Amino acid sequence: MSTSSPSSSTSKSAVPALAALAAALVGIAIAFAFYVAPEDADQGISQRIFYFHVPIALTAYACFAWGAVKGLLLLWRKDERYDLESYVAIHQGTIFGSLTLLTGSIWAKASWGHWWLWSENQLVLFLVLFLFYSAYFMLRFSIEEGPRRANISAVYALFGVVLIPVSFLAIRLAENIIHPTVFTRDGPQMSGVMFLTFCIAWLAMSVLAYALYRLELLGKRLDSNLRELRELLT
Amino acid sequence: MSYLGDVATLARKDLRLELRARDTLPAMLLFVVSTLVVFHFALPEGADEVAAQGLLWVALVFTALLGLARAWAPERESGALEGLVLAPCDRSAIWLGKAAAVFAFLSSVELVALPAFALFFGSVDAATVAGVVLASIGICAVGTLLAAMAAASRTRELVLPLLFLPLAIPLVVGGVGASVSSEPARYLAFLALYDAIFSILCWASFEYVVSE
Repeated sequence: MSTSSPSSSTSKSAVPALAALAAALVGIAIAFAFYVAPEDADQGISQRIFYFHVPIALTAYACFAWGAVKGLLLLWRKDERYDLESYVAIHQGTIFGSLTLLTGSIWAKASWGHWWLWSENQLVLFLVLFLFYSAYFMLRFSIEEGPRRANISAVYALFGVVLIPVSFLAIRLAENIIHPTVFTRDGPQMSGVMFLTFCIAWLAMSVLAYALYRLELLGKRLDSNLRELRELLT
Repeated sequence: MSYLGDVATLARKDLRLELRARDTLPAMLLFVVSTLVVFHFALPEGADEVAAQGLLWVALVFTALLGLARAWAPERESGALEGLVLAPCDRSAIWLGKAAAVFAFLSSVELVALPAFALFFGSVDAATVAGVVLASIGICAVGTLLAAMAAASRTRELVLPLLFLPLAIPLVVGGVGASVSSEPARYLAFLALYDAIFSILCWASFEYVVSE
């Protein structure tokens, strides 16, 4: 049973470069968000958290979707390496999901004076997802390692991506909508610089998530290779 | 044997086991009535009927959890799941048979719970009954699959509510909406949508949960 992928030697050299790129992009995004983007006339300084909150949320969705895709590949191709990739993607998604809850909470406090608002659909959705994916870790770590665990984790990851739109619909049905909608069907209602800042921040968060994903994957593979070596020695 | 024949045989096996051992159903019945009595004392004087409607759904979800935690217990205790998986029938039939049996238990409980609720807290209208039926389908479909996942873990009964409750939130939204909204049709439609989506997903993915 080998858990290392054929491309692990090339990925080792790619990770520092990716990390450097992510750091640079996050730096540029911070500079743009605080110094280049104009101040929002309505919300003032607190609106600037938008450049982090929304990209982080989108990145979290992307991580969950990535985890589900890898889960699907595992069920389809029965290749064990997808299990670890799915797990790491969901782990990153949960980290970014927690950050979304945190930044959203700060934004809600600054804008509406409350740390938590049930009328904020996106935040409520992230709370549901946070609970759902926290249970993923509980489930995964209480099953013995092996193909059964890989299968069950993959199926649960697939449930996650189905739960996202269903929960979103449910929360919409449950609450009236007062969350500020920035994107409408006519395109984003932002000035050019604001939109550019948003795109840079989005790119920065995506690259950061990908760098963290590759780094964690590298560490986890190293761990399992080491364990295999130890088992062979004893 | 046809697919539906397999499903019927598997469901009948569970119902017969329950009729002989009487483990789960009496416990669920007693639990739902006790919960309703607890809710009477949990609701302060002057709390409106809408609050009680919400609590009905809490009672139903937790009662279902009680039954779901025991759903795979007979197979686990006697090591019969391996045999079922090796049996020459489609593996999704195992899920469908179990979900049908759990649905039978849950419906029996609701046949007692809804009149008891009407007796204690006021009326139950047709939209609530429709919501309960639709939500029960979703609860049984998703719950049976998650219970099979939980049965494979060390923590079993402990992890099942953690897996189930986030997935049950849309059902509670739909159910409570059907109970209290002036236009329950869209909530009932949402429940039907949930049932359809998750039933297909569970039906397609059960095979992977029980096989290696």
